[in-house]
Amino acid sequence: MSGYVLRRVGQSLLALLGVSIVVFALMHLVPGDPIRTALGTRFDQDVYEVLLARSGLDQPIPIQYVDWLTSALVGDLGVSFRTGQPVSDALMQRLPATALLAVAALLVGIVIALPAGIVSAVRQGKPVDYAANGFAQVGVSVPDFWYGILLILVFAQILGWLPPSGYTSPLDDPVDALRRLILPAVTAGVVTGAILTRFVRSSVLEAMSADHVRLARAKGMPSGYVLRHHVLRNAWIPIITVSGLQLGTLLGGIVVVEVVFAWNGLGRLALDAVVRRDYPVLQGAVLLIAGVFLLINLLVDLVYAKLDPRIAAS
Amino acid sequence: MMSEAPVLSVRDLEVSFATKRGVARVVRGVSYEVAAGETLAIVGESGSGKSVSTLALTKLIPIPPGRVTGQALLGDDDLVPLSERQLLEYRGTRVGYVFQDPMTSLNPVHTIGRQLTEHTRYHLGLSESQARERAVELLEQVGIPAAESRLDDHPHQFSGGMRQRVVIAIGLACDPDVLIADEATTALDVTTQAQILDLVRRLQRERGMAVVWITHDLGVVAGIADRVLVMYAGEVVEQAGVDTLFDLPRHPYTVGLLESLPVLGDLERRDLTAIPGLPPPPTHLPEGCAFHPRCAFRHDERCATERPPLTEVAPGHSIRSFYAVPEEAARAASTAARLPEPGSDRTTDPEGRDDARSGRT
Ligand SMILES: Nc1ncnc2c1ncn2[C@@H]1O[C@H](COP(=O)(O)OP(=O)(O)OP(=O)(O)O)[C@@H](O)[C@H]1O
Ligand SMILES: [Mg+2]
Repeated sequence: MSGYVLRRVGQSLLALLGVSIVVFALMHLVPGDPIRTALGTRFDQDVYEVLLARSGLDQPIPIQYVDWLTSALVGDLGVSFRTGQPVSDALMQRLPATALLAVAALLVGIVIALPAGIVSAVRQGKPVDYAANGFAQVGVSVPDFWYGILLILVFAQILGWLPPSGYTSPLDDPVDALRRLILPAVTAGVVTGAILTRFVRSSVLEAMSADHVRLARAKGMPSGYVLRHHVLRNAWIPIITVSGLQLGTLLGGIVVVEVVFAWNGLGRLALDAVVRRDYPVLQGAVLLIAGVFLLINLLVDLVYAKLDPRIAAS
Repeated sequence: MMSEAPVLSVRDLEVSFATKRGVARVVRGVSYEVAAGETLAIVGESGSGKSVSTLALTKLIPIPPGRVTGQALLGDDDLVPLSERQLLEYRGTRVGYVFQDPMTSLNPVHTIGRQLTEHTRYHLGLSESQARERAVELLEQVGIPAAESRLDDHPHQFSGGMRQRVVIAIGLACDPDVLIADEATTALDVTTQAQILDLVRRLQRERGMAVVWITHDLGVVAGIADRVLVMYAGEVVEQAGVDTLFDLPRHPYTVGLLESLPVLGDLERRDLTAIPGLPPPPTHLPEGCAFHPRCAFRHDERCATERPPLTEVAPGHSIRSFYAVPEEAARAASTAARLPEPGSDRTTDPEGRDDARSGRT
């Protein structure tokens, strides 16, 4: 097991190194001089010189990479071309908002998907199964901004129960934070829930058809026991994996929801950075999201190995 | 042995499934009895209804789409009308099952110990330590060395043969009246297979258990069965004592099976698929005798229109055919089947069929 943990951690670090190369290359794939491009019409020779020296773009590329990586390792991701603010500060300001939204959305998704998926597998071919399938179909085929707009319309405009947009830190005002969290979390969570529902259903169905489940029934164990200890115990393994991956996907892909709900998270930060050609910020955001994604993956795999004794052994 | 009251007595068992292509009549009017200490083998091509007919006894098939009628008497209790909850008192405790694939029959995430104790704790009300003691005892009986130290191992830490022994131990754990072994040795190598057959025979003697042994392999049949049921398209087409079945089969299908096997004396795996043609799909059974389209012996108007009843051709020997294969032809088939072809690469195990049979008769 510990050998397995080391191996997985090593793999994750290697992957992160790969990501860093891709992210670093971004700077150099941009046609022309990125700083000049970024400054655009606001070009000013003095500002240009300062930025150039600070970004190290006047050095040979391998040296630039090593410099960039070593400073990135200690949390220094450079400064924003736009604001001059350290990129890591900007990221850390935004990360809690995105993490909160992503985790809340995942929870909403799981709360929808677990019962819906399990019930529709156990009652395969019955009306509940069709209902759950219908939900999953609609859920994945309608884009999330549509739910967002719909929810704002109904719950903010018409009913006036919840604020239509904006982010408040739960540390400042927990009640307001929660009220503002509900609509974006449900919006992103419905899509996640739809994806997960299908997945939970097929995992449970697959687990139910396993020979050892038939043997458990042939041993005379009650159906509830068989479901909990044999079917779900095996179905959890893929469900936990995919849920973890969904969290990673949510972190990276929540841009649209953040924009619809004016949610000041990493997604909006990255989007703004693209629009403003603020490359250090974009690099930092991508690196952070990729790093978190890899970390989640690693944790998922470790949980997975804990649940399935065959993994770590092989 | 035959005179004892049967432990399991199946009467007119019918199983059908509602499918998209219509009603699949998978088991049709199957009747048999098994006494304590007796082994009944069920043989037949893939899809002939061997597994379903035994799973249906305790409703281990999906219902719906499945439907079961007839009687399955375990002692005096008919299992067919029982509810799922009532059946829990029979499954595992009075009817033990051992399934085919040792690689998939055990739950990969639970320890062997847990899988060997959950039903003894549930049914027999054993405490955890009592159940573990019993599990160790069972594992020793099925020939797993250092049983105690292996209880906390997971299935992937066992070889295929060892896992199959564990699955057999699970089937035996609650001391069932009937053990149903469905291809229980098919996935194993010849040596392990012979060991497991020995083991089941020994445990059967010790416990007076009735055994229903499903297999494709006539070598296994010869090695373990007292009586044999040949199934075709969901029906019993021939039923006889094991010696009679090999010496003087009378149903054209059984004769075809024996003729299609050049060497029968080994325990090598054989699939019963050498008769030309295919069995009919259970949704579209032919009128008349289900076997008539493939029958090499005789077929006339009657075969194509009337379903033959199961008729006794000798005491304890019945066939479902209007025309029994003449004795000379049957003997020829049986002799042809028994004589090993010169030069054929015979990998005969000393446990081969002829030895096993002469050992019993
Ligand atoms: N749930 C089900 N729904 C519909 N048809 C089924 C179902 N289960 C089994 N059948 C059909 O029942 C028939 C008999 O199957 P069964 O498994 O009893 O065959 P078998 O004789 O055990 O074959 P094998 O030697 O391959 O194990 C097959 O035609 C199969 O397709
Ligand atoms: Mg079968």
